[in-house]
Parts: sequence; structure tokens; C-alpha cells
Amino acid sequence: MPEEKPNGKNGGRVGIVDRVKEDVQAARTEIPAKVKEQIEGLKDPTKTQVYTSIFRHKHDDTPRNRALGVLSNVFLHLHPAKINRDAVRYSYTWGMGGITFYLFIVLTFTGVLLMFYYHPTKVQAFRDVLYLEHDVPFGKLLRNMHRWAAHLMVIGVWLHMFRVFLTGSYKKPREFNWNIGVLLLVFTLLLSFTGYLLPDDQLGFWAVTVGTNMARATPLLGHEGPFGPQLGMTPYNDVRFGLLGGSIVDANALLRSYIWHCIGIPIVASVLMIVHFWRVRKDGGISGPAPVVLEAEADKPRRGPKAAGE
Amino acid sequence: MDWRQLWEIMSAPDNVPIVGLIPLLAFYIYLAWKQAHANDVLIEQLEGDAALAKTHHRKTWPFQAGWQKEVHVWPFLLRIEFLAAIIVTIILMVWSITLNAPLEEPANPNLTMNPAKAPWYFLGLQEMLVYFDPWIAGVVMPTLIIIGLMVIPYIDTNPMGSGYYTWKQRRFAISTFLFGFIILWVTMIIIGTFIRGPGWQWFWPGQTWDHNRLIYEVNRDLPDIFGITSNLGKGIFGAIIVGGYFALGGFAVFSLFRHYMPKDFARMSLLQFAITQAFLLIMLALPLKMLLRLLWHIKYVWITPWFNI
Repeated sequence: MPEEKPNGKNGGRVGIVDRVKEDVQAARTEIPAKVKEQIEGLKDPTKTQVYTSIFRHKHDDTPRNRALGVLSNVFLHLHPAKINRDAVRYSYTWGMGGITFYLFIVLTFTGVLLMFYYHPTKVQAFRDVLYLEHDVPFGKLLRNMHRWAAHLMVIGVWLHMFRVFLTGSYKKPREFNWNIGVLLLVFTLLLSFTGYLLPDDQLGFWAVTVGTNMARATPLLGHEGPFGPQLGMTPYNDVRFGLLGGSIVDANALLRSYIWHCIGIPIVASVLMIVHFWRVRKDGGISGPAPVVLEAEADKPRRGPKAAGE
Repeated sequence: MDWRQLWEIMSAPDNVPIVGLIPLLAFYIYLAWKQAHANDVLIEQLEGDAALAKTHHRKTWPFQAGWQKEVHVWPFLLRIEFLAAIIVTIILMVWSITLNAPLEEPANPNLTMNPAKAPWYFLGLQEMLVYFDPWIAGVVMPTLIIIGLMVIPYIDTNPMGSGYYTWKQRRFAISTFLFGFIILWVTMIIIGTFIRGPGWQWFWPGQTWDHNRLIYEVNRDLPDIFGITSNLGKGIFGAIIVGGYFALGGFAVFSLFRHYMPKDFARMSLLQFAITQAFLLIMLALPLKMLLRLLWHIKYVWITPWFNI
């Protein structure tokens, strides 16, 4: 029997064989152990690293977890963890602000899908709408949803403002947020109006013609407005020309309203919405339903040292 | 009665939102009024009973000691939001399946639509074109509406009625807003949509929209009625009338506040009061001018070489 040398020619070969044998032996016991462990682990997926990296807290039904569920979620943390018990009553808020925001999301979604089928050019715009109506699967539904959601959004904004006015919610400390809301009303109407021209049909064409004809008469800046001609305004350099990109509603007007409709105004409106929602929280959450104030208490401070002194 | 004509206008796809808006508005006005009334009853009760006012939780909804004043957003608010989203989606889906978005012939600059109407939410402004020159109806008035809405929180100094529905504590604010929103804005939209036909002529509901109808109507200017013919005279006359309206009207608003809202008046600064006066009078000028036109066929009150009002 030759001596076993760890580094010998034969010794090396024997070493490899032995190691393989050893590994096979180990695999027979260790892998099943791992499999068992893995299966045990999968029985409770909430303990996996993937899960805990996404969800930062447990889901037991405890007050703490209910709060964390809202606060640790980027989409839900627009809300506070808790609100006034009567504020969830539909009769107070009518849910109109939320519905308006939801419709904006629906409009963004359907709008992006519509953009896949639409070219903002005089040659193709109308044909694209026909194509959408007759050939694109669910194209008609898509266009209808976009149209009606836009109308609903206008109504939603009006009813929201109506509610906010009737509940006096614009009063201190929410004055500024009311102003942001008024701007959002303007941008909602402009979004709807710029979209009106895009099918490039008679309805949109004449509506936009009527609408932008008023811009001719802008004081100082329109060629038919008071003091416009005196300031050198003509149909080719006044504010209407700037809006339409020309002196008539044509290819440039179509492109301009497309860009305002799909990019410009949505960005501005989104920024204002962020401010609007942020201010709702920063100004103390939604305004009520608040305890009623009596005439005698009206001019007295309700909190702070002065109130305590009285 | 031309029912077909009526149905045609009511069922035009883009008019459906207005037809829907009317019952929606009625419902929400009812809902608001119901809560305002309940709160007003409570306020009256508390004002007559000082002891109760100290202990009462000050809401019309039930509350007992030991109940939590706040509830968790998850699930109590989020489930409502989720439900609302589903309901809105269903309504939108059903509406979109049953009613097609309008699509007319391709745009044709040589073929004018008659009547050529703006989108329905702007028809109030278009209706205003009848009574005012475009620079007022199309530019100045919309700007003033926006500014007017924005100044509301800064001129309404009434500290009551913040965060709850009430009528008795905010009679003036609420009636002004209802006047502006319902009477002026919504009614003008309804007139613009359902009443105005070809040539922007007045057709009562059910009257056939006759494209050949001619109305012999002579509009006069106010200075003409008084026999003023010279341009200078017309300019001065109009300035006196318009200036007089604002001066007298301003005094009337002052008198109104002093007698009926002395506390609000005391709370307001001069600037706040002046802005309130100005916007109230401009808002009232619209229906006044409408009446002048519809009842006495008066076109302009103030005529100058540069602008007419």
C-alpha cells in the first residue's frame, strides 16, 4: 500500500473522490433540512425578508397598526391616522373633493390610453377619433369614459365648492386653501375646454372659435378690445394670436391645445392639488363637523390664555 | 308644443350633464338645508339655556360621554373612499356604455354651426354676451368672478358658521352665494343651453327652433331716450349714470350693513367693506343690465369712443 500523500498524484484523486462522497452524504441530510426550513418559512410569508422590506409593520388588529397602516403608506398618508368621528358622515362632506380627485385619476388613465391612438394634426386628428370609435377594441368606451368623466369632474368641483362655502370652511385658517381651490376650478375648466377642440369636429371647432373670439376683446391686449388698437394690437400679435398660434383656429391651435391639455395644465393642476391636499392637513384637517358657536361667543377667542381668563 | 324639439335638446349628449346637474343641485341643497335647519334649532336651544350650552357637545349628532371623539381612518374613512370610487366607476361605466360622446362632422371653417355654442359650463359667459360687449362678458367678468371668489375668505369677517351648516348665522353670506351660483351662474347656463336657439334667439322650451325666424327688434341706447345726441354728452351722461349707480348703490350697501348687520360692519376694515361693496354692485349690475335689455331693449348705458357699457 503506498503511503497516502496529501499532495501526491494519487492522493489528489482520492481526495476529490472522498470530498464528493462527503458532499453527497451532506446533501442527503442538509438539503432536506433546508427544504423543511424553507417550507416552514413560507407558511408565514409575513416573516420573509421580502415582505418585511415592503411592509414595515405588523398587521395585527391593534390601534397602533391601524394608525401605522395609514402613516407608513405614501398614498394613504395624505390622511391623518384619526379623524373626527362625525367627519366620516357622508352628509357633511358629500365626498365631492375626493370624487373630483378620483375622476382626475380616471381622466389621467383614460387620457394616456387615448394618447396612444391620437395625432394632434389636422390630417389625422379626426380620423384617429373615427378609428377609436370603430376599430380600436373598447376605443369607444375609452373615449366616452374620458368625455363623461370630464363633465362629471366639472360638476364635482362645483359641488365641492358649494359644500365648502355652505359649511364656512374657507374661514380662518383655511383662506389660502380656498384660493388654491379657486385656481383648481379655473384649471379644471381650462382642461375641459382645451380637450374640447381635440376631436377636430364641428362641435369643438366652433366652441373654441366662440371661446377664443372673446380674447379678441381683451382690454389692452386684444385687437378689438378697449385701447387695444391704440396699443398697436392687430389680429397677428394680440393675446388671441398667442392662444391659437395663429389668427384662426387651425393646425397650430390644435397642437397648442393638445400640449396644454395633455402636459401643461395637468402638471400645473397636479402641483396645485399637492398644495391643496397638503394645506388641508396643515390647516387642521377637514373643517368639521365643528361644534356650533353661539352669537355671544363669536368674538371671543376659543382657545389660549385669553379664553381661559374669561 | 314641439316635444321632439324639446327631447332633442334635452338628450343632446353634451347637454345631459346639465340635465343631471339640476336634480343633483336640488338634492344637495336639500341635504345642506336639512343640516342647517337642525343646527339652527340647536343653536337657538343653546342660546336660551346657558347651563346646557356649557355641557352640550354642540352637534346635532348623538354623542355620549365615553365615546371616542375620533375614529381611525383605517378602516372607517378608507372603506367609504373605496366604496365611493367603486360607485363612481360604476356610474361612469354605465353612462359610457349607454351614451356616446358627441362627434360631429369634421371641422369646417366655411360652415358655421348655428347656434355655435361654447361648452356647457361656459354658456353663462356666452349668454352674457347678449347684454355686454365681449370685453366685459368674455374677459372682465370671468376675471372678476375668479377674483371675487378669491376675496371671499378675506371679506367675510363673520366668525360664526365655520365648519358646520347654518342659515341663521350667515344669512347674508349664504344668500349672496346662492344668488351668484344658482341664480346667475346656473340659470344663465340653463338659458344658454335650453332657451337659446339659432341666431342666439330666445326660444321657450318646446318651441320649434326655426332657423328662418326673424325678430324685428330695435335696441336703443339709454342716452337716446333722453335725447342726447352729441358724443361728449353721451360720454358724460353715461359716466353720471354708472358713477351714480356705484355711488348710490355703495350707500345702499352701507345702509344695509349698518341696519341689518352692524356687528359684521364693525368687524370689517374700510378696505374689506369697500371690496364687498364693489363686488356686490358689480354682481347686481348683471341682472339689472339683463332687465334693461329684455324689458326695455336698452343696449348701452354709457357710450364712449373707446368702449361701451
